[in-house]
Amino acid sequence: MLDNTATSSTNPKMSARDVKVFYGDKQAIKGVSIDIDMDNVVAFIGPSGCGKSTFLRTLNRMNDTIPIARVEGDITLDGENIYSSKMDVVQLRARVGMVFQKPNPFPKSIYDNVAYGARIHGLAPNKAELDQIVENSLVRAGLWNEVKDRLSDSGTALSGGQQQRLCIARAIAVDPEVILMDEPCSALDPIATAKIEELIHELRGRYAIVIVTHNMQQAARVSQKTAFFHLGTMVEYGDTSDIFTNPREERTRDYITGRYG
Amino acid sequence: MNHSQNEHTLKAFDGDLATLRGLIAEIGGRAEKAVEGAMTALTNHDLDLARQVVEGDKRIDALEEQIDRMVIQTIALRAPMADDLRELVAALKISGVVERIGDYAKNIAKRVALIDPAQHIDAARLLPAMADATRQLVDDAFTAFARRDADLAVAVCAQDKTVDDFYNSIFRALIAHMISNPEHVGAGTHLLFIAKNLERIGDHATNVSEMVYFAVTGQSMNERERGDDALAPGAD
Repeated sequence: MLDNTATSSTNPKMSARDVKVFYGDKQAIKGVSIDIDMDNVVAFIGPSGCGKSTFLRTLNRMNDTIPIARVEGDITLDGENIYSSKMDVVQLRARVGMVFQKPNPFPKSIYDNVAYGARIHGLAPNKAELDQIVENSLVRAGLWNEVKDRLSDSGTALSGGQQQRLCIARAIAVDPEVILMDEPCSALDPIATAKIEELIHELRGRYAIVIVTHNMQQAARVSQKTAFFHLGTMVEYGDTSDIFTNPREERTRDYITGRYG
Repeated sequence: MNHSQNEHTLKAFDGDLATLRGLIAEIGGRAEKAVEGAMTALTNHDLDLARQVVEGDKRIDALEEQIDRMVIQTIALRAPMADDLRELVAALKISGVVERIGDYAKNIAKRVALIDPAQHIDAARLLPAMADATRQLVDDAFTAFARRDADLAVAVCAQDKTVDDFYNSIFRALIAHMISNPEHVGAGTHLLFIAKNLERIGDHATNVSEMVYFAVTGQSMNERERGDDALAPGAD
């Protein structure tokens, strides 16, 4: 266990304790413990291959889809072990939503992209309520004004930045508690990136948000807590303002100042 | 925190920082020389040297501008983090402080011509020693910056007390002298201002040291390490 990282929070939404991930014989995550609460956006930073995305994926069991992946340790959502056999994985992924690096709207209308999850989870008993969920989600994702007159257009016809906000609207539509974002802006231009970052600010507090990013400036801009990963361990976790001005660990400092490798 | 001094992956960034450190060393060296020159000019009533000190202050002002521009440019272009960021912020503040040291030295130099060398005022005999102690503080503060030496920075702040003590002693002696020798009030007041300028230069050397301490450690120097700030009479 890491003693030099302030991992614990008084009222965590999610808690990971001594999480290890193996791909076959290879250990990708070597005992990570962290608490994620509702009030702070958490950024995971670190060089390629450090395990930050792998760890993010343990939080909604996306690693289950990789046959050789094995997860050890405890991860809880509101105190409930998400790896317990009683956990409904489909339900879990509705509660812990995910937004990926490349916008991946379904080849369906804008409306159906957002309505899809609400339909399969049976969240809207009638058309009027479904309409309301679609509108609310698009408003919260900051996309409503741009698409309200063309909800039947294909989601894939939108620009990259709009597609990413559509994917965020799709995640929001099933009323999640946690949103995981894996490099959500790496395929976007600076303006579209700024819109997503602004959106993250607005969503903070309503959802627990964890973002993996290669862009340290982005981590500095959007998060209140930052975790630095290196070689499968979480080297340092703390207030973003401290991590970027006065990191405690030399490996963190070398990475954020561009001295890594 | 004991950092490795690995190079940045982007070598041009190391080049920028090296250039900046060179400029800080130069401005610090020039400020120290200005203090020394002004006091030599005073002691020898050397009006040429005093003029050179006044003239030399322009170079210090120009260096300050150059440093400020370079810091702003580096922050904008390199997005520095952690100790790199702290060093740049320190450099920005230090350049402003050194410019003030230069101004005080210039102010001393300007007074040289106004003091009649025929009027011997023994009460000011400690001034050269005070100037030496002050110049040493400035020198140490910039050595601390160049070596990234937090301990030396703390020592400079502690040493500032010596300069304050000199000031208190010279202040009392000059006041007493002026009371008994009213015809010396003009020269005495100039000497009093010179002592005050030296005292302020000492304070600025401690400001530089505090910045060095922050750049190196990421912490503010606490009150205890800084030492008591001896209240000089008439301190502003």
